[in-house]
Amino acid sequence: MSTSMSTTAAPRGSEHDVAVRDRADVLRQIKALVVLGIAAVLVAIFALSIDNPTVYWTLERRATPDTRRTLDANVVAWSAFGYLVAALALAAFNLLRKGWVSGLVFVGAGLAFYVGFLMWFFADQRELGGIGAISIVNPLPQTVLYATPLVLGAMAGVLCERAGVINIAIEGQFLMGAFFASVASSAAYSAEAGLLGGALAGVAVASLLAWFAIRFQIDQIVLGVVLIALCLGLTNFLLGQIPTARENPALASYLNQPLTLDTIRIPGLADIPVLGPALFEQSLLAYLMYASVALVAFLLFQTRWGLRVRAVGEHPKAADTVGINVNRRRWSAVLLGGVFAGLGGAFFTVGSTGAFDQNPSNGQGFIALAAVIMGRWHPVGATVAAVFFGFMLATRDQLSVLTKIDSELLSAAPYLATVIAVAGFVGRVRPPAADGQPYGKA
Amino acid sequence: MSDTATQERSEWRETAVTTLLAIVLALLIGAVLIALSYQRSLDSLSYVFSYPADFFRYSGDAIGTSYSAMLRGSVGSWSAITETLERSAPLICAGLGVTLAFRAGMFNIGAQGQMIVAALAAGYVGWTFDLPAGIHLVFSILAGVVAGGFYGGLVGLLKARTGAHEVITTIMFNYIALLGILSFALLHPAFQRPGQTEPLSDRVRDSAAYPTLGDLHLGILVALGAAALLWWILERSTLGFQLKAVGSNPDAARTAGMSVPFAYTTAMVLAGAFGGLAATMLVNGDRFAISSTLFGTIGFDAITVALLGRGKPLGTVLAGLLFGALQVGGRAMEATSVGTSPDLAQVLQALIVLFVAAPALIAALTRRRQRSAPAAFAAKTQEEEA
Repeated sequence: MSTSMSTTAAPRGSEHDVAVRDRADVLRQIKALVVLGIAAVLVAIFALSIDNPTVYWTLERRATPDTRRTLDANVVAWSAFGYLVAALALAAFNLLRKGWVSGLVFVGAGLAFYVGFLMWFFADQRELGGIGAISIVNPLPQTVLYATPLVLGAMAGVLCERAGVINIAIEGQFLMGAFFASVASSAAYSAEAGLLGGALAGVAVASLLAWFAIRFQIDQIVLGVVLIALCLGLTNFLLGQIPTARENPALASYLNQPLTLDTIRIPGLADIPVLGPALFEQSLLAYLMYASVALVAFLLFQTRWGLRVRAVGEHPKAADTVGINVNRRRWSAVLLGGVFAGLGGAFFTVGSTGAFDQNPSNGQGFIALAAVIMGRWHPVGATVAAVFFGFMLATRDQLSVLTKIDSELLSAAPYLATVIAVAGFVGRVRPPAADGQPYGKA
Repeated sequence: MSDTATQERSEWRETAVTTLLAIVLALLIGAVLIALSYQRSLDSLSYVFSYPADFFRYSGDAIGTSYSAMLRGSVGSWSAITETLERSAPLICAGLGVTLAFRAGMFNIGAQGQMIVAALAAGYVGWTFDLPAGIHLVFSILAGVVAGGFYGGLVGLLKARTGAHEVITTIMFNYIALLGILSFALLHPAFQRPGQTEPLSDRVRDSAAYPTLGDLHLGILVALGAAALLWWILERSTLGFQLKAVGSNPDAARTAGMSVPFAYTTAMVLAGAFGGLAATMLVNGDRFAISSTLFGTIGFDAITVALLGRGKPLGTVLAGLLFGALQVGGRAMEATSVGTSPDLAQVLQALIVLFVAAPALIAALTRRRQRSAPAAFAAKTQEEEA
């Protein structure tokens, strides 16, 4: 999982030259050993401190006395420990090298740690009268919900930056998308119209971004920050202009009392255990989010348009030389990104709570930006990063019902985990070569 | 020699003219927003074609009232100036931190987190210990500066050691400071105000407060001193030369024998220290109690201040004063009969920075002949890696 630049690990397959290992390879092994060792020790501590091993769990979104089942926390925690020890042994014999198999082993180790932690966290509860102990529920539906705006925002970031335009302003696109989704949904009395309004607002901000970045060649970091400030100020200002329901109920209901999206259950697919309710019992926006990832990945890597967008983001001069209109490609990528970011913004009003309130996205656009960088400017990578973050938020929600961990530590944990993931496992990243450089013929 | 001096002077004039035009343009757009948000001028829009004079009269009234209230509220009286200066002091300090990081090639979004940690440290020293007046203040400020520098330095160290992108880490560290450290501390007996159940801290003792002149606390002087210090670091010291070299081209700097990790770490320590100083303006200057809403958008505004300041300490000071005045004046605007929303101040700030950053746009709009594109300041994209 390490990302050091060295390419040669010890040659595989031959038995005689085991001694040829470079320093990066040794460091990678040491890092794996340390991480797995710490995880194993912690899980052992968790397992040892369980007194009452009965834990309730269910794969549904909510636990009821009928659907919940019990398990023995000791058994699960010690199995997780066993897995971690096995992985540790593999690492000790340097069998975990680069490649997808060892990648899977590490993902499994992460899951084992998570499971061991959950066992400790949910064991030893004082039974509450009537409802019994609190159960572990399926965290995935909540994960997808949290990840929806993040993934959509990250797609906007990926598209822009692959074309060579830095997009810090995802947060601004979220805010405008949220506001105008609410207005459109209220005015048209339809949540789907809200999505349209959000997408249009996202495109509007994107066209400002493109206009200033491409036509006037403003420093794109400056531009992004300024656009966020502008959108924040503008949405607050506009919100202040909408009369409250008490002052003018008719007008208020046309402007900021949106319908919200219904949950759509896809028959058949939603019955798949664990994943079904998470993936296929969501609002329209989540389905649009899945489609956007597939669409962006397809467009960027399978079409002529995508090849040209990437060329423009890596080496605009070369692209220009072969006859690609650099700035037109950039315009199209930024505007398409605006659609996704605007949809992501719509999540904060028509996709969840309804009416627009001050600063509803509250910094989520920055997290989407972080997901773009963590995912190395690749749509799938960015999606994984965003889903990881959504999972951390969902876990935080789930754990917050018990008081075994300080609530402050718990609410900071998703962000702390991101820092650890970025510093420990993502490391140095390389953006598209011409990211942020305006292009114009001299 | 005299050639470069002339050139410098003309660049100065260019910058000043561009900035002034940007402010004027932003105020014009703001005027449109004011007019459109005033109920009476909106009402008169319905018959604007048959009797346009009404619309312009009401709009003119609204714009005149709002802007004159803004001017009077920010610089019109001694108390207004006091308020503006006190509002500007933390903006300037935090802006200096962002500026310094920019010059070293880093984008420091973390002023907010650095301020939170620093405020807790400065405040703790300020209300716990009992020291003689001057010494207490110095220790309290030092605690804040060291804490801010430590928190900022963590980001630099992570970047230097593991290559973790500072944009991600500063964002995450802001959340960790706000949701984790601050909310933990404010419910802890060492920080919480005695007899309070709300997450709210004590205020610092008198001996740990900045001296005052009338109503004005003298934090603004410390902020100006900090700007001078930053100027010295950047323009006169070897360290500053290294930071700028790494900021403009890390590969070249490494080839020249400079340590890029050292530069990143040092730059973020110093940037965090300036952020920490900004926090002391609130805690030791205004003597606010620390709560989760104390810091508002200062951390974010600091970025716009630094951008408007174009990477120069003096520019940052002027930008901080301007934004302080806009924010104070924005509140005065709300108190008039027109009742323009104070959020307009934020819109104005954004527009000013936008227009300043777009000399080509200003030139196109005003049809001025452009002499030379003003030297782009070192806000390098810095998505490029060491």
